[in-house]
Amino acid sequence: MTTAIDTVAALKDKFAAEVLSENEFRDEQTILIALSALPAILAYCKNELAFDYLVDISSVDNMGEEPRFEMVYELYSLQTHVHLRIKARVSEDNLEVPSVVSLWPTADWHEREVYDMMGIRFKNHPDLRRILICDFFPYFALRKDFPLAGKPSDMPEVAFTKPAPLAGGPFVSGDPKDRVTGEPRARGES
Amino acid sequence: MSAPAAAETPVAYDSKIEGNMIFTRVDTAINWMRKNSLWPMPMGLACCAIELMATGASRFDISRFGMEVMRFSPRQADVMIVAGTVTYKMALSVKRIWDQMPEPKWCIAMGACASSGGMYRSYAVLQGIDQLIPVDVYVSGCPPRPEALLEGLMKLQDKVSREASTVAQKKELIDELT
Repeated sequence: MTTAIDTVAALKDKFAAEVLSENEFRDEQTILIALSALPAILAYCKNELAFDYLVDISSVDNMGEEPRFEMVYELYSLQTHVHLRIKARVSEDNLEVPSVVSLWPTADWHEREVYDMMGIRFKNHPDLRRILICDFFPYFALRKDFPLAGKPSDMPEVAFTKPAPLAGGPFVSGDPKDRVTGEPRARGES
Repeated sequence: MSAPAAAETPVAYDSKIEGNMIFTRVDTAINWMRKNSLWPMPMGLACCAIELMATGASRFDISRFGMEVMRFSPRQADVMIVAGTVTYKMALSVKRIWDQMPEPKWCIAMGACASSGGMYRSYAVLQGIDQLIPVDVYVSGCPPRPEALLEGLMKLQDKVSREASTVAQKKELIDELT
């Protein structure tokens, strides 16, 4: 029976230099790989390790660190029932990641969402457009330096956006032991 | 003592049509016709649309007000009921459909989101549809009960019945003459 640990061992065996680190948390296996090896490793996962299901693609903004961004690929095998998480760091100076649409067609919309929210571009993506936010929006909303209330933007005669009035919000709970400070309230963070 | 002479009436008396004549103002007649057949454009965008559907269903009987003819073509509609959260992405379509509706037209902002953005204090949500199109009636609630929407529609009927519809319709002609 194949386990996630076996797949990590196989990847370390095959790509010794490109697998930078591995991590196990609550029986979930995560490996960090070099971005340059991303297409080769993911193709190997798909073709040799039977990861036929791309569950999700997401991205993380570690603002203040270098490299700033991180791609996260959740792989699953419907044949061996193994789950593997693959991460790769992306530098802000060269925000381009190879697309995996040719491996898993479902990556199309996942990558569009990452582009929409984080501004990471995908090389050889067939249709890299925004997917959730309106087309004219000039920012990337899930970056850490984007304020919660939003920013103003304007396309004359077409559309506009304005910051939302937050009234000191968001409303967050405090210490749950103390009923007074535990009450959800605005902390004046906006 | 003789009875006073009957006042002269300028209208010729005709017993065949007498019972069918009504004296009123043109505005009042037009407004009466308009307000009793408001055709809604259901702009259902979120959960408020479920209550909008309930309003249109048998239990609440919206046809009491002559409003049961929900039109999914803006060209046949009189009142746009904006029911739900208007995201900036959707706002362009809402505005376009509003522009396609022929005058006279009215707008109801149904629920907290359509009125003010509601709980969505977010970069992605328009903070009230009144930033794009003029709103006649705001209905509070999250979502409003069908009774609340019917109350809003009755408020709109009151508003329609008080409009100077002839002057509004002939505005260009009046501007030309004066």
